[in-house]
Amino acid sequence: MSAARQNRLNTFAAHGALILYTLIALFPVFVIVINSFKTRKAIFREPLVLPNADSFSMIGYETVLKQGDFFLYLQNSIIVTVVSLFFILLFGAMAAFALAEYRFKGNTLMGLYLALGIMIPIRIGTVAILELMVQTGLVNTLWALILVYTAQGLPLAVFILSEFMKQVSDDLKNAGRIDGLSEYRIFFRLVLPLVRPAMATVAVFNMIPIWNDLWFPLILAPAEEVKTLTLGSQVFIGQFVTDWNAVLSALSLAILPVMGLYVIFSRQLIRGITSGAVK
Amino acid sequence: MPKQNRRIRIKWHIIVFLAPAVLVYTAVMVYPLFNTMRLSLFTETDQQRVFVGLQNFRTLFGDDVWSDQFWNALGNNLQFFLIHMLVQNPIGIALAAILSHPKLRFASFYRSAIFIPTILSFVIVGFAWKLILSPIWGIAPGMLDAVGLKSLYAPWLGKEAYALTTLSLVSVWQFVGIPMMLIYAALLSIPDEILEAAEVEGITGQSAFWKIKLPLILPSIGIISILTFVANFNAFDLIYAAQGALAGPDFSTDILGTFMYRSFFGFQLQLGDPHMGSAIASAMFAIILVGVSIYLFGIQSRMRRYQF
Repeated sequence: MSAARQNRLNTFAAHGALILYTLIALFPVFVIVINSFKTRKAIFREPLVLPNADSFSMIGYETVLKQGDFFLYLQNSIIVTVVSLFFILLFGAMAAFALAEYRFKGNTLMGLYLALGIMIPIRIGTVAILELMVQTGLVNTLWALILVYTAQGLPLAVFILSEFMKQVSDDLKNAGRIDGLSEYRIFFRLVLPLVRPAMATVAVFNMIPIWNDLWFPLILAPAEEVKTLTLGSQVFIGQFVTDWNAVLSALSLAILPVMGLYVIFSRQLIRGITSGAVK
Repeated sequence: MPKQNRRIRIKWHIIVFLAPAVLVYTAVMVYPLFNTMRLSLFTETDQQRVFVGLQNFRTLFGDDVWSDQFWNALGNNLQFFLIHMLVQNPIGIALAAILSHPKLRFASFYRSAIFIPTILSFVIVGFAWKLILSPIWGIAPGMLDAVGLKSLYAPWLGKEAYALTTLSLVSVWQFVGIPMMLIYAALLSIPDEILEAAEVEGITGQSAFWKIKLPLILPSIGIISILTFVANFNAFDLIYAAQGALAGPDFSTDILGTFMYRSFFGFQLQLGDPHMGSAIASAMFAIILVGVSIYLFGIQSRMRRYQF
């Protein structure tokens, strides 16, 4: 009986610790979002109280939507993220297939060369990347960001995808070859559909860092018409520091899309991490 | 094998499959990396690029103005890293250990909720905490007041003595989800037979964690450490979002990333110098390489791995 009691106590302590940490994790987000719907007075007088009929106000959101070009920023972020992911997945899967499927001279060396980039951050090369983009005229275009994020995402993508491609059965591919399919068709028709779960994992791993990056938009694409949402909200908040309604609303608007992505993809993300894709 | 088959034939499809990835990776990542190191050997006089050998490094380590900033940034960066290792990773491991308990209810809810800060951008995290800790808004002092500890409150982000620690803890708050997830995955992959065998021997609960599970997840802790190291020595965004490129107050939160940004891009009165920026980037590259090598050759290769 004492063992059962001990057990219940343990469970209780476990839930206590987890609830406490969950509160710590969510508290700042909660405070920002509820206060973005309040009048300036209420923000300062009772910061921890939910907005009610008296204190409710959308003034912050009105300022944000009037002043900042949030929809343009949002659109830029979506384009950069989606196109980068497309190239990471397409190029990454093609290279992974070549490395996993064919024996050729330099196969291992090529694998190592591509894997180097997993541990070395691309930011180290920023000075020369900026120079390259200036020379090619890509500065202040979304292409500069797309190229950088594609290069940054490829090493891990190739690594993860080639592990999965090695598991695709040879019989299937050979059957395709006997039927006269070209190597390209074997890749696109037979192999790609089979590694779709791994591709989803790679996509989810890359999506959030690309969406949230501040460094490269700041350096490569700071112009108004190509600002991403992350950079746009940073600049906007910097300009409106004293307008608390606007700052809180801008923060809430910036949280919204990432939370949306997270709600849609969290299962995939967690499955990806816990299935040991990053071992 | 018949001889004519061994004739060297160019297999075009292999080249086609490899080319896009190799080209983009080489042109946008590898080449700029080496070019940055090459640029660190040059300087600009009268709008001409002049080769000066190691002069930039002599300035960086020898000139008082530069070397003070460099060592300050490196020291701060070390502190930033140590706080992550001592706070973020133990908390992450503890949370994972609790979560991995087989009969725990709502585990996936806790897991998803605790991971939320990790997906937020540095801009959101930096500003949100800046507002919460701000003496103007009064959330932090108000909450301390409620538990009778108001005297402990100080405008932490504005004080030289506390700002770096505060920002490190904010970063810990943001990234605790990553060690939690990786360790959780490692704990789940321990086969039940091992734990059952231990149970038969009378090793359960706490001692099962310390004696059985912890040694088995050491490789994952190694991976987490090196990931933390690389991420911390190349951090920039949080400091920039919360304190600006001057990493105030009085450079007390300056780390290598912000130092490189200021030197290379210029900020306010300081003019940008890409060649000094490259020199700093090369130093960062060396630091990261040393860290990764220590991990690969010193730690990972000696760690025992258990195959289940």
